[in-house]
Amino acid sequence: MDVVNQLQRQFIDYSASLHREGFLDDQFTQLQKLQDDNSPDFVVEVASLFFEDCEKLINNMARALEQQQGVDFKQVDASVHQLKGSSSSIGAMRVKDVCIAFRSFCEAQNREGCLRCLQQVTHEYSLLKNKLQTLFRLQQQILAAGGSIPVVE
Amino acid sequence: MVLKLQQSHHHQSVAVKGNEQMGTKRGYTFIQSNRDWLPKLILLWVMVMGFISIWIYKKMDADNNVRREEVLSSMCDQRARMLQDQFSVSVNHVHALALLVATFHYYKNPSAIDQETFAEYTARAAFERPLLSGVAYAERVVHSGREKFEKQHGWTIKAMQREPSRLRDEYAPLIFSQETISYIESLDMMSGEEDRENIVRARATGKAVLTSPFRLLGSHHLGVVLTFPVYKSKLPPKPTMEERIVATAGYDIGAIDVESLVENLLGQLAGNQAILVNVYDITNSSDPLVMYGHQNQDGDWAVVHESKLDFGDPFRKHQMICRYHQKAPTSWTALTNVFLFFVICLLVGYILYGAVIHIVKVEDDFREMQELKVRAEAADVAKSQFLATVPHEIRTPMNGMLALLLDTDLSSTQRGYAQTAQVCGKALITLINEVIDRAKIEAGKLELETVPFNIRSIFDNVLSLFSEKSRNKGVEVSRDKTNRKPSLAVFVSDKVPEMVMGDLGRFRQIITNLVGNSVKFTERGHIFVKVHLAESTQPVADTKVETCLNGGSDEGLLISSACQFKTGYEAADERNSWDSFRHLVVDEELRYDAPVNTIDEASRGFTLMVSVEDTGIGIPLIVQDRVFTPFMQADSSTSRNYGGTGIGLSITKCLVELMGGHISFISRPQVGSTFSFTTVFKRCNKASYNDTKKSIVELPSGFKGLKAIVVDGKPGKQNGHVFKLPKVILLAKNITNVELEKAKAAGFADTVIMKPMRASMAAACLQQVLGIGKKRQAGKDMLNGSPVLQGLLCGKKILVVDDNMAHQRVFAGALKKFGAPVECRESGKAALKLLQLPCCFYACFMDIQMPEMDGFEATHPIRMMESKANEQMNGGMDEDSGRKGEWHVPILAMTADVIHATYDECLKCRMDGCVEAL
Repeated sequence: MDVVNQLQRQFIDYSASLHREGFLDDQFTQLQKLQDDNSPDFVVEVASLFFEDCEKLINNMARALEQQQGVDFKQVDASVHQLKGSSSSIGAMRVKDVCIAFRSFCEAQNREGCLRCLQQVTHEYSLLKNKLQTLFRLQQQILAAGGSIPVVE
Repeated sequence: MVLKLQQSHHHQSVAVKGNEQMGTKRGYTFIQSNRDWLPKLILLWVMVMGFISIWIYKKMDADNNVRREEVLSSMCDQRARMLQDQFSVSVNHVHALALLVATFHYYKNPSAIDQETFAEYTARAAFERPLLSGVAYAERVVHSGREKFEKQHGWTIKAMQREPSRLRDEYAPLIFSQETISYIESLDMMSGEEDRENIVRARATGKAVLTSPFRLLGSHHLGVVLTFPVYKSKLPPKPTMEERIVATAGYDIGAIDVESLVENLLGQLAGNQAILVNVYDITNSSDPLVMYGHQNQDGDWAVVHESKLDFGDPFRKHQMICRYHQKAPTSWTALTNVFLFFVICLLVGYILYGAVIHIVKVEDDFREMQELKVRAEAADVAKSQFLATVPHEIRTPMNGMLALLLDTDLSSTQRGYAQTAQVCGKALITLINEVIDRAKIEAGKLELETVPFNIRSIFDNVLSLFSEKSRNKGVEVSRDKTNRKPSLAVFVSDKVPEMVMGDLGRFRQIITNLVGNSVKFTERGHIFVKVHLAESTQPVADTKVETCLNGGSDEGLLISSACQFKTGYEAADERNSWDSFRHLVVDEELRYDAPVNTIDEASRGFTLMVSVEDTGIGIPLIVQDRVFTPFMQADSSTSRNYGGTGIGLSITKCLVELMGGHISFISRPQVGSTFSFTTVFKRCNKASYNDTKKSIVELPSGFKGLKAIVVDGKPGKQNGHVFKLPKVILLAKNITNVELEKAKAAGFADTVIMKPMRASMAAACLQQVLGIGKKRQAGKDMLNGSPVLQGLLCGKKILVVDDNMAHQRVFAGALKKFGAPVECRESGKAALKLLQLPCCFYACFMDIQMPEMDGFEATHPIRMMESKANEQMNGGMDEDSGRKGEWHVPILAMTADVIHATYDECLKCRMDGCVEAL
């Protein structure tokens, strides 16, 4: 039981740090609450959907922004919008914040700014992915040890 | 996931529509489109009016002239007639003279007349012939008889030039003459060519014959000579010309002085000075001869009248021409009239022009105003949006801050600071919430929900919240040894149903605002909240009650033996005085047993009346009329002393009005204020009541029927519950643990209730004392505190359409949580397939921004399909059955944009609502 306790404590601390550092917001907590016996892998499922989505969108944007001339800002904007929606629905706050800045650059048709933002988004995304994977690993460890995942308030 | 149902904001769309309508009106008024023509138009007007004036003048002048002409013609005709008459009188005299000569010279033998007789007679009868300058008689002498005639008279026949007459066939020497013209005696009248013709003509016709005018020998006046034939023998009734010539014996000759004749005539008539008269002989029409008047005399040649004159000689024609002496005088009347007319027209033109200019100006101003209005409205909308969004942005990080503030272990100083920060943060969040509320109300976005709740527990809660605050206040104030903390009390009438349907949160907010205000501004006395049905407000005047009332109510009522209510402080509203309150209670008590038909009333709404009375500082009279204006406090010092933004009451007012009630207050400075409001609630039906009953910490009803007496040592304070069981509960304001232990040890009390007494606390104590067990309901299975939502959605099939997989999954997860089976689709097209009729979905959530077919596009065919199906269905049935279509899947748009345009767009596409997905 000690191990479970320790793991649980670790889990709580870790998710608290994620919240504190602004990677995640309340929305993620809500997601965790939605997870129950009927859908035990709900959060993981949603997260993986999000990751897929993100990768696809980031690739799209990168392709669109590669052109030296005549960048289709509309398309980029649509992608950013999608990304913003996805990130806000999972509660990825930092990604969402970058998306907001990204969109303003898109509207201004500023390629330089867009590229900078794309870089940031990619960075934030990979950071988040790592963090979440760690979190899920912890979760699995807790479950494997026979504990229950504590509810983070 | 935070879901927010965006509320319709019709007023905004109406405003926009209004603007559009105004827009279409623009630039289409007649005056506006022709404004450049205005100066030309006014010039044209003046010109036209000028022409009309001139025309009118001409017309009047012509009328004048016609009148003048008529006057002239009548005068002229009159003169002509008179002249004619005078002339014929003269002719008659000559005729008479001719007959005289014939009678006495020829019929008498020897002649009874000679020169002397003739001269005398004519001289004596001259008064009869004023116009004849003289008369004479010439005898017809044929050439054969000349010598005999000359011998008989003793002179030779002379021609006009006084020489002896040449030889002719015939002579007409004058033998008799009037004295005045005796110088022409013995002249041969036939020596002149014209005279001769005249004589021949006269004797042939037997009528008077006139010569053309000439200067008479004696007077140099213009005149004519009248020749009348004298016949020797009596003529047959119809003599031929030859018979006349043969019968001719001589000629009577009269010289008529036409000039003096006319002069004389004109002298007799009025208006002589005004007109000029000319008389002409126009026998030879190409060369009219003047008989009277000067040809070259000045005069008005414009108006001339000609009158024919008939002097009895058929061979001669005469005419009289009359004209005015002076030119027609300018008609001042006409001129004045016309001038006035013109001036009036000018003025009318000017007035019209002025009016039109004014209209143009007003319209321009109006347009400008409209533009400004549109801009102002836009600014207002922008402000509202700003207010609606910014506080959200502030609130979220604020919540994070507050949540984390006290999470870690802190030193006591740090903890103190952190606590202060937290308190401040909470205050800030309260303020932000207020601003959000205000903005929501302003934007019309606030929607009231209808959930069943227990009124009493609300009041209980609120009171407990504030009793804390007021206790703190009491502690602070009591430092100066005058324990002046205000007491808090609630009275809920028995008639008020236990469970009602309404917006719990908002109702609570109203109560909290009002009570909070009262607590804030009251330092001593009491705050008393009274709740009853609006129907039972009339106090029963004649009922009298004594001190004790049997507890028919399920709450510990605050009843004191003292007549003065509670704390002895005066309240602002006399209606709320203790007496009427008591009557009210009794009244309700009396009516309590009456059977109430609850089934009938179940669905009906009822009006609840709540009044919050305090004995605080009151509201100054001058600011009483703007109490409900947002951000308005009595004065700036108030906010310094008491804090707050002054937004609370305005929100309260809005909320009350939203709930179908109204709010009012009575306040007397330094005495207190009483705020009263009404709200409309629905009675709660049993089903939903049962649903929610578990979730609400309800007051046990096991005390019903227990009798209790409240004893208070100080008049006006309830101090103890004494039950028929020997259980004593001590009521205390502030009690230390030591004291409590002491009390308990003394067996004085079983437990202690902190004042102010709240129903739930009292109930808990009583339960503790009486040993009534209470099972706590676990609120574990409740997510976000929405059991209602769960009940609503359970088992309802819902379609979620979103191309964003993560989004879709989350949304579906949330809905599943509420027990709804969820179908998911990635695109509008796929959704369309699923929504083919007959469809089994309870609702459809649709993302707006999707590739291929967005939410709006997808909604359109669905609605078309539905309306077609409905038409068919209704077509099959009677039209007058008036049944509405059956098919209508509620489609709700999902969007991250919260701008109003999106919502309007949703409604335009006949979606049912808009869900804001943050």
